[in-house]
Amino acid sequence: MIRFDGVTKRYADGTVAVDDLTLEIPSGQITVLVGPSGCGKTTSLRMINRMIDTTSGTISIDGDDIRKKDPSDLRRGIGYVIQHAGLFPHRTIVDNIATVPYLLGWDKKKARATAMELMERVGLDTKMAKRYPFQLSGGQQQRVGVARALAADPPIMLMDEPFSAVDPIVRKSLQDEFLRLQSEVQKTIAFVTHDIDEAVKLGHRIAVFQVGGTLAQHATPDELLANPAEGFVKEFLGGEKGLKRLRFNRELEDTADDEVQAAER
Amino acid sequence: MTAVADGEPLIRWNWIGDHTDELTTLTLHHLKLALLPILFGLIIAIPLGIMCVRWRWLYPPTLGVANVLYGVPSLALFMLFIPYFGIGSGGQADFTIILPLTLFSLSVLVPNVVDGLRSVPEPVRQAATAMGFGTLRRLVQVELPIAVPVVIAGARVATVASISLVSVGVLIGNGGLGQEFIDGYSRDFTTPIIVSCVLIILLALFSDGVLVTAQRLLTPWARTRRSNG
Repeated sequence: MIRFDGVTKRYADGTVAVDDLTLEIPSGQITVLVGPSGCGKTTSLRMINRMIDTTSGTISIDGDDIRKKDPSDLRRGIGYVIQHAGLFPHRTIVDNIATVPYLLGWDKKKARATAMELMERVGLDTKMAKRYPFQLSGGQQQRVGVARALAADPPIMLMDEPFSAVDPIVRKSLQDEFLRLQSEVQKTIAFVTHDIDEAVKLGHRIAVFQVGGTLAQHATPDELLANPAEGFVKEFLGGEKGLKRLRFNRELEDTADDEVQAAER
Repeated sequence: MTAVADGEPLIRWNWIGDHTDELTTLTLHHLKLALLPILFGLIIAIPLGIMCVRWRWLYPPTLGVANVLYGVPSLALFMLFIPYFGIGSGGQADFTIILPLTLFSLSVLVPNVVDGLRSVPEPVRQAATAMGFGTLRRLVQVELPIAVPVVIAGARVATVASISLVSVGVLIGNGGLGQEFIDGYSRDFTTPIIVSCVLIILLALFSDGVLVTAQRLLTPWARTRRSNG
């Protein structure tokens, strides 16, 4: 479990990105941080692996203050996926995926074998192993990004708008596979998006941020759709009209899931 | 240009055959005088470029100094070093040529190292940090390798310029193949001039080819961006 306790981030120029945030991100589940730009969701995410340091308050992982650990060691134990994948252009796909295992000093053979397994797991043809990132499509690169984050089997994954830069069709398939993968690996995931549809689809819990870096509401998707906080949250969800659409989509998804499960039985 | 004496051909082909040894020696010496400055230039420019990226304020003055140096006529800079390394060809006197050319190369190499390092996409840099690379490791394993194509592009320009500039050294008695200019000029004899010019051009083409090949081999990942989409 990741716990934010009264966390504030204030920059030198006085801007407050995150304001007295207290939030629990439960283990083995996906918690989506959602909100408009400038609401502090990405800052909050980056404070977890100390890419950004807190001004005050504490963040702890399973009870241990993250400041007690060396930043590099901490980061090697936390998977990280970003919008444009951020793959290393000069390394082959298999070596990109094996990045953290290499850093951890694994035997090269073992690291590569793990990377090959992960390629299959995220739905990539292992024939691509020796290719370079520029030879892959955006969607494929993003899969490599997910595989790279999973390579050393970290208990925690931070995902910053990982599916935002691809087209809607690819995005849907990436989301579906991500959910399937998560049901197998059960990581503790903090997932940032500005897209409420994505938040409702992926999150076990949704933390809605508002500009100024405060938490407007923290609830399960069903609670959020049933009882959105008046004002900012309701507006962010698109008002009555938006809520109707989100509820309708959710029912569709649930029905589809039930059908899949029924078919599997 | 030298007037060609009556009945004298532009090129006497047999002269080439008679002077193969001399030409080989001069060519190799020319290469040494031209390429060592690039090597030294890189040894200086890489750390300097890294510092200029890390401490931004350092870049404008560094670039300013490098450009002013480049503006100094090469002959003047050569002469500046004569008191320290002497005159003539070979041995210590070669540094009278090599050091000024090293300084010249910096005006191309430093900006290319800086541009190369800045060409590392921000998401890549951040991903590296987030994966747990420390600063030094990130520099060596991620940033510098990604800078290689831009650095080599700079090295190509600097190399060709250096090969051409070496011949100016003949005025202080150490100009590699440029030596043949003086020889030909003083005797109204065009053959050595033409032959050495052609050899200098060939050297430039050859060195450039070597660098292009080196880049292809070193950076297969940069060869055809987006070709397989």
